[in-house]
Amino acid sequence: MKALRIGPFSTRVDVASIVVSVIACALTLVIAAVSLTLGDYEIPLPQVLNTLAGKGSLIMTDVVVNNRLPRVLVGMGVGAAFAISGAIFQRLARNPLVSPDLIGINAGAALAAVLMITVFGSAVSWLPAGALIGSLLTATSIYLLAYKKGIAGYRLVLVGIGITAIVGSITAYLLTLADIYTAKTASMWLAGSLAGRSWPHAILIGITLLVLVPAAVAGSRQLRLLELGDDLARTLAGRVELSRGLLIAVGVGLAGLATAAAGPIGFVALVAPQLARRLVAERVAGLLAAGAIGALLVVASDLLAREIFAPTALPVGVVTAFLGAPYLLILMARANRVGRGG
Amino acid sequence: MTRSWGGRAAGLLVACVVLLGVVLLSLLAGNQWFGPHDVYVAAADFTGSDTDRVIRYLRFPRTAAGLLAGAALGLAGAVMQGITRNPLADPGILGVNAGAALAVVAAIGLLGVQSLTGYVWFAMGGALIATVVVYLVGSVGRGGATPVKLALAGAALSALLGSVTSAITLLDLSTLNEFRFWVVGSLTMATGGIVTQALPFIAAGIVLALTLGSSLNQLALGEDLAATLGTRIGLVRVLAALAVMLLAGTATAMAGPIAFVGLAVPHVARALVGADYRWILPWSLVLAPTVLLLADVVGRLVARPDELQVGIITALIGAPLFIALVRRRKLAEL
Repeated sequence: MKALRIGPFSTRVDVASIVVSVIACALTLVIAAVSLTLGDYEIPLPQVLNTLAGKGSLIMTDVVVNNRLPRVLVGMGVGAAFAISGAIFQRLARNPLVSPDLIGINAGAALAAVLMITVFGSAVSWLPAGALIGSLLTATSIYLLAYKKGIAGYRLVLVGIGITAIVGSITAYLLTLADIYTAKTASMWLAGSLAGRSWPHAILIGITLLVLVPAAVAGSRQLRLLELGDDLARTLAGRVELSRGLLIAVGVGLAGLATAAAGPIGFVALVAPQLARRLVAERVAGLLAAGAIGALLVVASDLLAREIFAPTALPVGVVTAFLGAPYLLILMARANRVGRGG
Repeated sequence: MTRSWGGRAAGLLVACVVLLGVVLLSLLAGNQWFGPHDVYVAAADFTGSDTDRVIRYLRFPRTAAGLLAGAALGLAGAVMQGITRNPLADPGILGVNAGAALAVVAAIGLLGVQSLTGYVWFAMGGALIATVVVYLVGSVGRGGATPVKLALAGAALSALLGSVTSAITLLDLSTLNEFRFWVVGSLTMATGGIVTQALPFIAAGIVLALTLGSSLNQLALGEDLAATLGTRIGLVRVLAALAVMLLAGTATAMAGPIAFVGLAVPHVARALVGADYRWILPWSLVLAPTVLLLADVVGRLVARPDELQVGIITALIGAPLFIALVRRRKLAEL
């Protein structure tokens, strides 16, 4: 961490965090470029770049710009959104296990979305609103049920597990009501998938990030105070509950809208901030570093998901779970060994 | 309730009578209601009429499956709570059912195994592996396997296993179609054949579990004291894991992953008869099928002419109880 002074203005610059973010972004771009060349038929990279510059043939433009590009952009966007959401929750709860996928917020968004898919068909236009409402309702009920003279991280997680069980069983029930093709669509979506994502999805997640990330970054100054503990933060900052509530809303919004765009892709929110934290070697991860690593994780996982079992494409969520869950188990075992696992 | 031997035994007898009543209710109730006489005719004087066929080929196997699955899950929950000294232990929450579910889906979807006697072995293997992994991850470090650590390890493992399961089901439409009705947890898929095949496994699990009562009592005093009293802790753990594997694995193979019965019932039993596992185990054995069959009957009646699967009902009843337990202050005490 260094202080940067320009005239009367000064700000703290976290060099390690910036380096990590830049490297992660560069890797993301490389993998994104590779993803654009691969598919039903391969297009060499120069031709892809040519097409992106607007000089490709009609069919090239259709494949690259209308088909492959939005998928990659949605992947980057939801990866960043999930990761930043996870970073917010993990820091608020001071517990690495509190992330929107583990405490049931993604499950709530997913239930709302499956409800809309099975009842109204999978029209994209109302899905985001539904998923957002679903995630907000779930988050509110988890918060209220876990509140008992304050919020303990472990209680939040356990209440979240209970809520996830209810929400998950209702989702499973909805799947039994639908016809098999709708059920397949919904199951694919539930696993977390980037298949068939088009520009509306990319625009949705883009707007989400543009609105909510600045809010998250602004709130992260408050976050640093909150991390000093409730008592100290109250003395220092006063309106703890207000800024905490705002940050929770931002985190829920990011997770809910990312779920709306690509389904509940698991473990990104949990793992990306932890990876960022370890790479930066800080006690807490910067939101932007976490976001960059989240984008990298999802884009890379999607490439794997498409190529491993090609031509059958797996949903990206299966790959992130495969990579993320063992990491979570190791994380828990390590946290347990030093006696912080609850 | 009186905590004397006679009082507990008399209470258990009453519970058995209640269970019989619920069994009868499960045979009579549904989209179509029948009278006791219809049941008698279907059982003893089968004429082949529609009523007889519904009772004999749908209600009998369904009720029998409820009895077996309920008893298995209740006992498995009680044993898990005893062995881990963890009030949140349940084959659903700790990921044991998810392990069995993944193994069954893999056996059906990838290997083409058809009969329950074929995939029950996979189910038990999956259950055993999940049990061991959750226990190992949850018990590393200071304080051993605390409730929170175990529940978290279970949730993480369930998420991992669930996503692998969904990957397999998504590869094939017909597997998905079977899977989506099975994964909610339902007694409707059980046929007479399936129940007969499951019976020996669950019976063995029940016998094994019931022998563990006094060992679990000594473990409740703490491992050190239990060892001093002559309990062979390693052996008890192995036997308990085997019992859970037989019970939860077979129940999941038969009726899908049903959560929260194994969580709730031992708590009710404990509230009724105290902390003595020699009583908690038989009480769980009787209470759990009562609860499961009641939940199934409720599921048949609330959404007529459709049904809510029993797994939905148990989750809707059980999860609030789980949250209430979590909110209690001293989670570690059991």
